[in-house]
Amino acid sequence: MAERPLSPHITVYRWAYTMTLSILHRITGVALALALLGLVAWLLSASLGADAYAALLPLLTSLPGKLLAALAAAALIYHFCNGLRHLAWDLGWGFERADARRSAALVVAVTLIGAAICIYVIFGRSAGAA
Amino acid sequence: MAEFRLPRNSRIDTSAGRTYDAPAGVKNVRRFRIYRFDPASGARPRIDTYQLDMASCGPMVLDALLKIKNEVDPTLSLRRSCREGICGSCAMNINGLNTLACTKTCDELGRGDISIYPLPHLPVLKDLVTDLTNFYAQYAAVKPWLQTLTPPPPDRERLQSKEEQQRIDRPSACILCACCSTACPSYWWNSERYLGPAALLAAYRWIVDSRDEATGERLDALEDPFRLYRCHTIMNCTEACPKDLNPAKAIGAIKKMLFDRQH
Repeated sequence: MAERPLSPHITVYRWAYTMTLSILHRITGVALALALLGLVAWLLSASLGADAYAALLPLLTSLPGKLLAALAAAALIYHFCNGLRHLAWDLGWGFERADARRSAALVVAVTLIGAAICIYVIFGRSAGAA
Repeated sequence: MAEFRLPRNSRIDTSAGRTYDAPAGVKNVRRFRIYRFDPASGARPRIDTYQLDMASCGPMVLDALLKIKNEVDPTLSLRRSCREGICGSCAMNINGLNTLACTKTCDELGRGDISIYPLPHLPVLKDLVTDLTNFYAQYAAVKPWLQTLTPPPPDRERLQSKEEQQRIDRPSACILCACCSTACPSYWWNSERYLGPAALLAAYRWIVDSRDEATGERLDALEDPFRLYRCHTIMNCTEACPKDLNPAKAIGAIKKMLFDRQH
């Protein structure tokens, strides 16, 4: 008698909005904790005086620096909006299937719009300033 | 912990699948790709492909499975009984979603191949038949029966108002098919310690029952980081339920009751 196999799970389950938003909430949460290091470095350099700030500024305004800042901003918007969704659930609101789908669509829409604005601000304005 | 890869003995042997062609001359052919595991052979699971003549097949996925079993391959094993969505026996993963084979029509699944797997992340006994021992033990663990301290009225049953009945009406309609629990990623990774949506929906049904007098004990039993709080409101349970019930909402209500009684 062969040992009982485990039936396939994550590889066969159809990937739906439910799992996507849930795992994105975790990923953005971890990413934001890491992004906090960048924010702290920025504030720290400012508190250390003009020289330290001037030394860090090229790094922050480099292309990778801007990209990371844009990603962090998008992650923050997503994590904040989806966090509100979770808070609503904790109050007992929005559990109906249609409501949960609508709130998911709203979170995604706000994140996309917010990310677009952040990208515009980060890349558009500083390019003109430089 | 999250184990994304299947154990070695559980991985599908892609070279072992057999194909059963449709009879010559039929026009309306549809392919069914079905998970097979034979405990007697000792071989790894495989995917067999059956081509069916849909013109001579009933509309439901269960009709197709029974046509395969009756006319093509009698070795195919599956559970089924009522064929009308009330017994919960034919729960399986059809085209990636957990549902009942008897209430899902083939037409609903579009025009392509239909893939059928057993309910996810369970030990497989044979083909589409899974071991639900743990699932039933978890149901028993929430004590799904009326618990009282006061003696019943001498002249009548313990009565409920219409409003009180409505609170338990929908949760009572659960048929324990396990579609919700085995759709839940949190249950996949923690099924030994997390009760899962089906058992928690049953717990909720007795917590809100106006006749039950063990509400406090029931809540005590659930106040645990794993038994209840492994629910992260992913909502796969509610999306999967073939009876349109809402386990996620019931779990949210239990969490809220636990919070409210502390404040």
